[in-house]
Amino acid sequence: MSDYEPKIVAFCCNWCAYAGADLAGTSRIQYPPNVRIIRVMCSGMVHPNLIIDALTKGADGAMVCG
Amino acid sequence: MTTSKIGAVCVVGGGIGGMQAALDLANADFRVYLVESKPSIGGVMAQLDKTFPTNDCAMCTEAPRLVEVARHPNIRLLAFSEVEKVEGQAGRYSITVRRKCSFVDPDKCTGCGICAQHCPAGAIDAYNEKLASRRAVYLSFPQAIPRVFTLDQSVCVGCGLCKNVCGPKAIDYQLADKTETIEVGAVILAPGFELFDANNAGEIGYGRYPNVVSSLEYERIMSASGPFRGHVMRPSDGKEPKRIAFVQCVGSRDTQNNHCSSVCCMYATKHSLMTREHIHDAECSVFYIDMRAFSKGFEAYYERAKQAGVQYIRCRPSSFKDVPGTGDIQVRYNLSGKTEEKVFDLVVLSCGLSPNARVRELAGKFDVKLDDRGFCEWDLFTPVQSSREGVFICGPFAEPKDIPETVMQASAAAGEAAALLSEKRGELVTTKEFPPERDVRGEEARIGVFVCHCGTNIGGVVDVKGVAEYAATLPNVVYAGNFLYSCSTDTQEIIKQLIKEHNLNRVIVSACTPRTHEPLFQNTLREGGLNPFLFEMANIRDQCSWVHMNEPQLATKKSRDLVRMAVAKARLIEPLSAGSKAIFRDALVIGGGVAGLTAALGLADQGFVTHLVEKSDRLGGKLRRIGHLLDGTPTAPRLAELEARVLRHGRIKLYLNAEVKEVKGALGSFVSTVKTADGQAHTVEHAAIIVATGAEEWTPDSFLYGQNPAVMTQLEAGEQIGSGRFDNKTVVMIQCVGSRDEKHPYCSRICCQSAVKHALELKKRNPETQIYVLYRELRAYGHRERYYKQAREAGVMFLRFPDDRYPTVAAGANGGLRIETRDDFLGMDVAIDADFVFLSAAVEAPAQNSGLGQMMKIALNEHKFFLEAHMKLRPIDFATDGVFLAGLAHYPKTVDETISQAMGAVARASTILSKEALPLSPIVSRILDVNCDGCAYCVDPCPYKAITLVEYMYQGAVKKTVQVDETVCKGCGTCMATCPKGGCVVSGFKTDQLQAMLQAALEPG
Repeated sequence: MSDYEPKIVAFCCNWCAYAGADLAGTSRIQYPPNVRIIRVMCSGMVHPNLIIDALTKGADGAMVCG
Repeated sequence: MTTSKIGAVCVVGGGIGGMQAALDLANADFRVYLVESKPSIGGVMAQLDKTFPTNDCAMCTEAPRLVEVARHPNIRLLAFSEVEKVEGQAGRYSITVRRKCSFVDPDKCTGCGICAQHCPAGAIDAYNEKLASRRAVYLSFPQAIPRVFTLDQSVCVGCGLCKNVCGPKAIDYQLADKTETIEVGAVILAPGFELFDANNAGEIGYGRYPNVVSSLEYERIMSASGPFRGHVMRPSDGKEPKRIAFVQCVGSRDTQNNHCSSVCCMYATKHSLMTREHIHDAECSVFYIDMRAFSKGFEAYYERAKQAGVQYIRCRPSSFKDVPGTGDIQVRYNLSGKTEEKVFDLVVLSCGLSPNARVRELAGKFDVKLDDRGFCEWDLFTPVQSSREGVFICGPFAEPKDIPETVMQASAAAGEAAALLSEKRGELVTTKEFPPERDVRGEEARIGVFVCHCGTNIGGVVDVKGVAEYAATLPNVVYAGNFLYSCSTDTQEIIKQLIKEHNLNRVIVSACTPRTHEPLFQNTLREGGLNPFLFEMANIRDQCSWVHMNEPQLATKKSRDLVRMAVAKARLIEPLSAGSKAIFRDALVIGGGVAGLTAALGLADQGFVTHLVEKSDRLGGKLRRIGHLLDGTPTAPRLAELEARVLRHGRIKLYLNAEVKEVKGALGSFVSTVKTADGQAHTVEHAAIIVATGAEEWTPDSFLYGQNPAVMTQLEAGEQIGSGRFDNKTVVMIQCVGSRDEKHPYCSRICCQSAVKHALELKKRNPETQIYVLYRELRAYGHRERYYKQAREAGVMFLRFPDDRYPTVAAGANGGLRIETRDDFLGMDVAIDADFVFLSAAVEAPAQNSGLGQMMKIALNEHKFFLEAHMKLRPIDFATDGVFLAGLAHYPKTVDETISQAMGAVARASTILSKEALPLSPIVSRILDVNCDGCAYCVDPCPYKAITLVEYMYQGAVKKTVQVDETVCKGCGTCMATCPKGGCVVSGFKTDQLQAMLQAALEPG
C-alpha cells in the first residue's frame, strides 16, 4: 500500500473554488497532484449522480467545492 | 463658438471608487480613461485582509472587479501614469498624461514572472507595508491588474538577467517616460486617501518599538497573502501575540486632524474578531473615545465582538513604553480617575484616513478647491461636484468614508458625468465586426489542441511537447501543437490559420486559467470564423506546473489527464448563441422624497422617461420637515427647485397619492400597476426600478412623550426652532431613544448629527440657550466631527450616560421638566431643570416594506430595511437585477448621503436604460420539455426565481412544464442538479459533458 495514490475528483465553482485553485497557482502553493478539477458554474449544478458516478467509476474521493 | 462635448470621461484613481465609476460609465456606453499612478489598480482595498461587517475576504470580492476593468472594451487603463496638464472646460477637457516608464513593455509582457524569479536585487515590498521584500522587477500582488511587471529603477542593479530570461522580450532598459493627451468631456477624481503616518504620532512608540504597528500593517500581518502567510506574528521576534491593544483615533479627532476617519472603529473591531479567529485565546483590548458603529450591520458587529470577549476600554492611553528585553509594550491609561497599566505583546494603531499627500498637486492641476485639511470642497446638496464644472469627486477624497459609501459616490459621480455628456453617449464606443460563423452542426468533431509553454512557467516543469504528442493520439484530435506563448498576438494569427488549414471545429488551449484567458481565445475563434463556445481550456499552469513544481513527471501526467478531460468535453460541446432581448426604455421610481426626486431628475436629465410614484399628496418626503442641513444650508429653496423641476420636466410622469400595486416581469421588461387615489390603475412598462421609499421616525413611548408638550422628537423640534420658542431656554436632548435597544438593535445614524445641528442652530440664534446632549456614544463620523467640536466650543454640554442607565424625565418645578442622568465621565448623578426635551428617536423601516419586497422579489434585512446585493461592493443594487436602492429605504442616512446614493442609483439604472437590447448569456438553463413532467422540484431551489411552472394543451391534454426566464437565469444549474428526470440542462455544462470529463479523469492515462 505504500505506493497507493488516491484519485480525487473536485467539482469547483468557477467563481470561488476554481478561482482559489488559480490563486494557489499564482501563489505557487505546492500540493499533492492527486486531484482532477472539473470546472462548474456553481457547486449547485453538481448532480448527486455525478458524485455516485465518480465513486463507482474508480475515484477514491469526490469534492464539491463552492 | 459652440464647442461640442466629448463622450469620454477621465477617471483619476484606480481604487474601488475609481473602478466603480469607470465601470458604470463604460457600461453606459461612454469611453473611459482610467488613470492610476501605481503600477496596478485596486487601491487600498487590495491590501485589506477582510472587510467589516461580514468578514468577507477583501481580495476575493475585489478581484473580479479588477478583471472586469481590465477586460472592458470601453475602458482604457493607463496604469503607472500621472496627470500632467489639464486644459479646456466642462464638456471638453484635454488632459496630458505622463506614462511612467517601467522598463517593461506592457504590450509584450505576459505576466509570467520569470524575470522576478531571476532578479538578484531585493527591494522593500510596499504592498506588504514594508514587512516583506520583493524583487526589483515585480508585480505588486498575485492578482494585480494590469498583469504587467514593473522594474523598480531605484533598486535595479542593471545586471540584465531579467532582460535575458524574458521570453517575449518585454524588458527594455532603453524605454523612457512618454506623454499622451486624452480628450474627454468630464473628469472624476478618485485619488483616495493615505493612512495617517504614525511616525507623526511618535509618542505612541511607532517607529521606535517594532511591535507597535499601523492598522494597514496589521491587515497584511493577518492576510494569507501577507508577509507571514496569514500566521499572526509580531514583527520583532515572530512570536504569536496573545495580548493585543488597538488604539483608536491615531491621526483622527485631534487638534491637527479635526475629522473622524469613519472606518477605524469598525476595522479595529474586525481586527479583534479576526485575531481571535487566528489565535483563539488572544486578549484584544480596544482603547477608544466613542465607538462609532453607525452604519448598516455595524452595531451588531460591535455587539458580536463584545460577546466574543473583545474588551473595549473608553480612554486614550497616556503613555506607551517598551518593557526592556521582551519586546512587549506597557500601556498606561486613566480609567475613572484611576491610573492603570497593562502590558501588551503587540499594539496596533488605528490610523486615520488622511488626504492623499499628492492630492494638493492634483487639485492644483484640475483647479479644484480643497479645504484647509486637504479634503476636497463640496456642497451637501451636490456631494459629488467639485468647485470646477465637469470635475466630479468621490470617495475619501471628499471626506473619510468606507467602501460602500465610496462605491455609492463613485456611481453618483459616474451618473453626474453621464448627465453632462448624455447627448454623446455611445459616440466613442466602437463595436468590433467579426466574420460570419461557420455552421458546424452535424460535423464530426475536429479538435485542435494548442499546448502552451508559457515561457518556462509550464515548460520548465511539464513536458509540453510530450503533452502535445499525447493530445494528438486522443479521439477526434486532428491537430496538436506546442507554443511558447499561446496568448501572444502572433500565436492568435497562427491559431486562426490552423483553424482554416485543418478545418477545426473545436479548439482547446492547454495553458492557464479560463478565468483570465478564455475571452481572449474566444475572440480568436470568432475572428477565425468559429462560434466562441466551441472552446475549452485545460489549466495546466495553475493546476500543474505551478503547484507541482517539484514533481515534474506527475505534473506532466496530470497535464495529460487535464487535456484528455478537455478533449472528452470538447467532443460534446455545441455552438451557443447569446442573443439579446429588446427592453423597455422607461424607469420607475418609487418614493417622492429627496432620494426619489434626485433619482427621477437624474434619469430624466439623461433622456429617460421616468414614472415617479409618491404615496402622499406632496413631494419632498422628510426633507420637507428638515429646515437646515448640518452646515446651516436652508433646505426650502433647494426642495422648491427640485419640486419645480420635477413638475415641469417633460420626461417625468408624476403619480401623487399613488401606490405601486403590482410588479411583474424582470430586468428590462417590468410591467407594473400604479394605483392612484381616484381608483385608477395605470399600467407602466419599464426597464428598471429605483426603490426610494424612505423610512419613518419612531414614535417614542417614554420620557413623557405624548404627555408633556415640552417633550418632542428631534424632527418635531427642528420644525419649531425657527419660531424662537426655545431661545434663551434650557434644552435637554436625549440620544438613542429607541435605537440600539431591543426594539431597534441598530444605530439610527442620523440622530447624533441632528442633535449637533439643532444645538448649533439654537446657539446661533441665541448663545444664552442652555443645551445638554445626553448620549451613549457620540457618532459624529467624517466631517461631522468638526460640527461636534464647534458645538462644544459654543458651550453645548455633552454628557455621556451609561448604556444601562438611561436618563429619566419627570415634571419639575414651575411647570418645567427635571431630567436626572448619570455623567459617566465624572461618575456622578446629575439633575438638570429644563424647559424642553428633544428625543432623538430611532429611524425605523416602514411596515409596508415587507409587501414591497415580496412584490419586487427583493430582500429585507432583519430590521425590515431593504437589503442590497452586497454590503461592500454593491450597495445600490439588489440581488434582483434591474432594481436599485436609494436613501433611507436602505438604512438611515443624511441628506447628502441620500443624494449620493440616489445619483448612484441613476448611474446603475442607466447602464440598463442606455441599451436598446440586453445581451443575454448563453450559459443558462434550458428546459427539455420532453423530459419535464412539471413536478416543479426545480422551481423553489432556483436562487434567482427564474423558473415558473406553466401548463399548455398537448394532444388534447394539459401538459405541465417549466419555463426559464433567460434574462434572470445565471446558469448556476441548481435546477439541473435538482431535476430527477434530466429536464434542465445548462448550456456548456450539460450533465453528459461533465460526465465525459469525469470518465476521462478516471481513465488510466
